[in-house]
Amino acid sequence: MTTETLTKRPTYYEELRGKGYSRRDFMKYCTMMAAFMGLQQSGIAQIADAMKKTPRIPVIWLHFQECTCCSESFIRSSHPITADIVLDQISLDYTETLMAASGHQAEEAMQKTMKDHYGEYVLCVEGSVPMAGDGEYCCIGGRSAKQILEETAAGAKAILCWGSCACNGCVQAAKPNPTQATPIHKIIKGKPIVKVPGCPPIGEVMAGTLMHIITFGTLPELDGIGRPKAFYSKRIHDSCYRRPFYDAGMFVETFDDENAKKGYCLYKVGCKGPSTYNACGIMKWNAGVSYPIQSGHGCFGCTEEKFWDNGPIYARMPEAGGFGIEATADKIGMVALGVTAAGIAAHAVATNLRKKEIVDNLIEEGKESEKEL
Amino acid sequence: MNAISHPHKNLRRVFVWELPVRYYHWLNALCILTLIGTGFIIGDPPAILTGREAYQNYWFGTTRFIHFLAAYVFLFNFAFRIYWGFVGNQFASWRNFIPTNKKFFSDMWMVMKTDIFMTKREEEKSIGHNRLAGAIYFLTFIAFGIQCLTGFGLYAAMSDWWLPNLFTWVAPLFGGDFMLRQIHHWAMWFFILFTVIHVYLVFYHDYVEGRGELSSMAGGWKFIEEEVFEENKKEEK
Repeated sequence: MTTETLTKRPTYYEELRGKGYSRRDFMKYCTMMAAFMGLQQSGIAQIADAMKKTPRIPVIWLHFQECTCCSESFIRSSHPITADIVLDQISLDYTETLMAASGHQAEEAMQKTMKDHYGEYVLCVEGSVPMAGDGEYCCIGGRSAKQILEETAAGAKAILCWGSCACNGCVQAAKPNPTQATPIHKIIKGKPIVKVPGCPPIGEVMAGTLMHIITFGTLPELDGIGRPKAFYSKRIHDSCYRRPFYDAGMFVETFDDENAKKGYCLYKVGCKGPSTYNACGIMKWNAGVSYPIQSGHGCFGCTEEKFWDNGPIYARMPEAGGFGIEATADKIGMVALGVTAAGIAAHAVATNLRKKEIVDNLIEEGKESEKEL
Repeated sequence: MNAISHPHKNLRRVFVWELPVRYYHWLNALCILTLIGTGFIIGDPPAILTGREAYQNYWFGTTRFIHFLAAYVFLFNFAFRIYWGFVGNQFASWRNFIPTNKKFFSDMWMVMKTDIFMTKREEEKSIGHNRLAGAIYFLTFIAFGIQCLTGFGLYAAMSDWWLPNLFTWVAPLFGGDFMLRQIHHWAMWFFILFTVIHVYLVFYHDYVEGRGELSSMAGGWKFIEEEVFEENKKEEK
């Protein structure tokens, strides 16, 4: 992480060999990354080729309003090379959590990278930016998060938003959002932005997205809200191993019932898998060990916007604000239906009073016709 | 009070609802009832105890399938009705639903006074939809649109077909599937309340007007008093 090495900028492959990885390790890593990125077999050679030829790209990794769970997730992605290459070898010129330097030294390193590699470096942002109180709720080195972000974003080739904080504000942007925590795409305009939401995102997803940018020099294919399609195009629900229970209508009713022990679908205890887009069901967590649903807890939709405000974690329908604690759409609907029925009954009675003459007339007319026959 | 001073009225048979309109109406009713029924089950599935294995059951999948099937029929039927609003007869025209002049609003107010508050006891003057009904139906069309957008927006992720994939832009607009699901669920209650009021009012009109309102959606005919008929004819000219 010293700034001197930046001037020469060896390729990724050179860095890895220097670190003691064999070519076999390197090829294994390329294969794994290709699989993560959802590339076909020829993609392996493309990655290997790119890593051999491309000089490493400087990365600045900023931390604002966040809990560092994204970094934690990232350094635990399943292949050791991922951590090595990105955190150690790819000049991670500035990241509060992991850099060796501190204080003025660290700030200088960042300034130098920004100057030397203007328009080349990748900016990773973890955390949201508070806009209230002129940004005073998050200050680093005497400057507000907003100032730092705007400065660093100016010369960035692309911006990677790590985690839900940077993508949609996460918990600190939940109501009432006292600090006006704001996601990156609402502050920075006119820069390529990739969102990698999740609380945290899966380590391999982060690695895969970053690797795509640094090896191919392009952004991965993105969906409608700027997430890489390779990881966020399927719902948790569609790759869930408990899906057969869902289709069979076999649900866990409470967490301590027999159905829960048998591993039935968690839909009725509030699993948000059907409305959450992520690769948890396929990649899982902690090197493929498990993921929330496998551990018996429903997904709570951490990759989705405003997931903290989207109602209870353990129920399907959120309460309706302003109608009392237990009011759901259905309960309010039932009340409305009752009111409607009462209204109709009142109207029917009123009709027979107010329209009596008209109705009597009709009846009279009909009866007379009948008599004439 | 005209109605009271003429005990014997000559009625004229008027062809109001064309066959496609009637097909549309009943297919729509069937779809909506199916969608509400299956929708409730999907939103809150009943706890069914079973000793069988998951691979031997598929009732929830089937329920969802019926919901999606009905949704497709509903969508095409809705699209057809919009088309028919431009090629159908004067009672099917889009002009019945979208207020284009001041008179539309004053007529709406008249219906309010006659049928809802009952402060006036005059006879019904319209032949097809009354103006208030027309405006309410316009609201239902908007509700149809909301349900199609949110429903197919949710469905798009499960399909590779281009048609549902036309709706992929909807979810990002509302910040994700979760919001779509809520809107879809809330909007369903509009349909329930509408259906209840709609059915009641058909009975009401049949009862106080005696023009065959209830059967008009079966045969297409309404029986209009001679003088109302002539009045409408004059207005047309």
